[in-house]
Amino acid sequence: MKFRVYRYDPESGQKPHMQDYDIETFRGMMLRDALKAIKAQDETFAFRHSCGEGVCGSDGVNVNGTNKLACVTPIADLKEPVEVRPFPGRPVIRDLVVDMTQFYEQYKAIEPWLKRKEPTPEQEILQSPADRDKLDGLYECIMCGCCSTFCPSFWWNPEKFLGPQALLSAWRFLADSRDQAKDERLDFLEGPYKLFRCHSIMNCVEVCPKGLNPTKAIGHIKELMLKKAV
Amino acid sequence: MSLNRRNFDALIIGAGGAGLNAAIQLANADLRVAVVSKVFPTRSHTVAAQGGVNAALANVLPDNWHWHMFDTVKGSDYLGDQDAIEFMCREAIPTVYELEHNGVPFSRLDNGKIYQRPFGGQSQNFGGDQAARTCAAADRTGHAILHTLYQQNLRAKTHFFDEFFALDLVRDAEGVVCGALVLEIETGEPLLIEAKCTLLATGGCGQVFRTTSNAHINTGDGMAMALRAGVPLMDMEFYQFHPTGIAGKGMLITEGVRGEGGYLLNGRGERFMERYAPKAKDLASRDVVARSIVTEVKEGRGAGPKGDHVLLKLDHLGESVIAKRLPGIRESARIFAGVDPVVEPIPVFPTAHYVMGGIPTDRFGRVVMPVGSGEEAMPGLYAAGECACASVHGANRLGGNSLLDILVFGRLAGKNIIDYVKDNPFHRDIDPSSLDYAVGRLKRWDQHGKGPSVHETREKLTRCMEDHAGVFRTEEIMAEGLEKMKEIRAEMPDVRLTDHSRVFNTARIEALELENLLDVGMALAASALYRQESRGAHSRPDYPKRDDVNWLKHTLYFLEGDRLDYKPVRTKPLTVESFPPKERVY
Ligand SMILES: Cc1cc2nc3c(=O)[nH]c(=O)nc-3n(C[C@H](O)[C@H](O)[C@H](O)COP(=O)(O)OP(=O)(O)OC[C@H]3O[C@@H](n4cnc5c(N)ncnc54)[C@H](O)[C@@H]3O)c2cc1C
Ligand code: SF4
Ligand code: SF4
Ligand code: FES
Repeated sequence: MKFRVYRYDPESGQKPHMQDYDIETFRGMMLRDALKAIKAQDETFAFRHSCGEGVCGSDGVNVNGTNKLACVTPIADLKEPVEVRPFPGRPVIRDLVVDMTQFYEQYKAIEPWLKRKEPTPEQEILQSPADRDKLDGLYECIMCGCCSTFCPSFWWNPEKFLGPQALLSAWRFLADSRDQAKDERLDFLEGPYKLFRCHSIMNCVEVCPKGLNPTKAIGHIKELMLKKAV
Repeated sequence: MSLNRRNFDALIIGAGGAGLNAAIQLANADLRVAVVSKVFPTRSHTVAAQGGVNAALANVLPDNWHWHMFDTVKGSDYLGDQDAIEFMCREAIPTVYELEHNGVPFSRLDNGKIYQRPFGGQSQNFGGDQAARTCAAADRTGHAILHTLYQQNLRAKTHFFDEFFALDLVRDAEGVVCGALVLEIETGEPLLIEAKCTLLATGGCGQVFRTTSNAHINTGDGMAMALRAGVPLMDMEFYQFHPTGIAGKGMLITEGVRGEGGYLLNGRGERFMERYAPKAKDLASRDVVARSIVTEVKEGRGAGPKGDHVLLKLDHLGESVIAKRLPGIRESARIFAGVDPVVEPIPVFPTAHYVMGGIPTDRFGRVVMPVGSGEEAMPGLYAAGECACASVHGANRLGGNSLLDILVFGRLAGKNIIDYVKDNPFHRDIDPSSLDYAVGRLKRWDQHGKGPSVHETREKLTRCMEDHAGVFRTEEIMAEGLEKMKEIRAEMPDVRLTDHSRVFNTARIEALELENLLDVGMALAASALYRQESRGAHSRPDYPKRDDVNWLKHTLYFLEGDRLDYKPVRTKPLTVESFPPKERVY
């Protein structure tokens, strides 16, 4: 099977270019297996990967124009030649490896940890199954970045707009019955950029490998803000 | 060579559950703590843990830590140290509550308490009815825990060195560890991190085997660093094969599937576990289930066109239970086995999963060295998590006890380091030769010329380990394996990289990992060959019985001269009566 892969090595003095590889396939082969096969042919090829089962979030790449996790993408579903590029809009370090600093910074900005004002009980803080259900579809985020690096608003304003991943995480804490910093969190999200740069283009939903829905989470935050304003 | 240097009170190598739970304690105590990880912290393999973490909370069925302790001792085939086990089972309870307080989104019971599921090897009342001790966040418990711990470290302002690869420990003239030389992967520049105290929390080494549930990064780096610093590895022959990996692929299907009521079938549609473990059946201990599966396949009762696996049936649980309690499993089975478990069974076969052995520590996480007839804690060096051996798992680990181990001992090591740093407030002078050695490891890969590639050597090594140190081991098979490993070791100096660039050179990282795999693989192969009994995961058809007279002892492997030594098992618990070895039936 034919692969056309983005190559860039800052030390080589060469400009970024696409390089072709022919890879022998097997049944059930995933894109990550194909990238590993390329690496076995050509040691200089760099990409991130680890778990191989879609939970660590290391191997997000742009394939035939859309963002995907390589390890859970069957190559049988891909059109030839398979074009593999780094995530769009992020500075490229080398080959498929991009600099995700900004993405992580936005995550940190929402203060993604449970905040409690009351003293903690001796045992667990109780939570009803119904309240716990509200976290489903949120806590599973693996921080792969497929969404944020496919979001036009994040491309234009990566320092000011939080992006779908961070906003999904913000909602994960707002939705947690145990969290006691709702006002503080909402105040932080005020203003024209952090949240309101989202134009509901839904690119993020389309590419999330975990089937999560940042647009919906963003909608919930907006509703909550409205309620608070009233 | 002028090196960039940083210094900290404490250096933690590894950002999995063990490293991060230690780091929180230190950062909360306002110590300057550096956490080095070769991947971004939430990409550590703790993220892949599925089923849950054990603690006798008694939320679902009656339970107490003493029963948990009994099960763990029995599960360990009596090779676990009973003081450490008592300690872990008692600490389990506050540890899980602390996790919950920190934000872990555990699944819930109707009364609002943490959901607990049954897992293999768990009993009430010292071997009675099945217990339900495994606290779960659906089947994504590791993910939920790791992300929460990372979040709490962000709050506590831990210094993270993300995508830095630790090369080797550095020491002073007396041999005391005083930090590590690390490599910034993005720039390819080495950096010396000096610390008053160093904690190894680098996780497991499943990548020594070809088929494994472990991630690409689980290459035993910390264990190999310890070996090179003269520390032995303990009980490395005890490697756990998880009964239910996706056949031919190795990805894990959690024991939680059987805990929720799933069961195994052979090619004839028989529930074969009834024959091997009449009482516990599919929830017998992992070593028992893995051997039963391999036996079924060997004796021609496997499933599939090649008869090379068995089937894990769970469709009878119904779609709603599967969607609620096992959503991740359903996803994995669909993607990697091409089956939807709601309608079809999953083809499974044992997969290399977990190393019971590791860097020997006491129950405070301090690395211990044999001295005379006893042992002493090494100043300034700690280990916790899968790379360490406390030893709570002995010859076989129970499901749900590893997350527990990494969290309890990570936390305790953190607390202990606080005191250590108070008592040892100054940095030590690094011995230049120790630094040269570490730098040399890096330089070695700058050599040009022809030679075998890293990739082919790694394949040779992992195949050798799979063929010669698998579920069933005979003298002949293992001796041949050890010879092959020695040949690979002899070839290592000729192995060459063709890529000598600096920036994000993953080929170089894989070369350094290969060296670590080799050291750890040697420890495993050598320790296994000499243990002439069957105990827990170490199963020898030529010595089918456990031999408590000669072998109720821990193995120690030293890199220098491939030397083996042994030390007694600590059979005396802290406060309760000891559990004497009994025959192990499920
Ligand atoms: C698929 C799977 C499912 C599991 N399910 C369960 C379960 O349900 N219950 C249970 O109790 N246990 C389970 N386990 C076991 C358990 O998850 C692991 O034993 C445990 O998470 C290991 O944690 P750790 O902190 O020791 O290491 P890891 O989480 O593996 O972290 C190791 C860290 O060390 C870093 N590191 C390693 N080498 C270097 C180096 N050279 N330089 C810099 N950094 C380095 C890595 O980057 C990483 O941050 C499971 C294991 C697997 C593989
Ligand atoms: S819906 Fe909002 S967050 Fe998602 S891609 Fe569109 S603009 Fe970005
Ligand atoms: S929301 Fe989905 S796409 Fe975005 S980071 Fe999380 S898992 Fe990845
Ligand atoms: S390698 Fe972990 S998500 Fe793909």
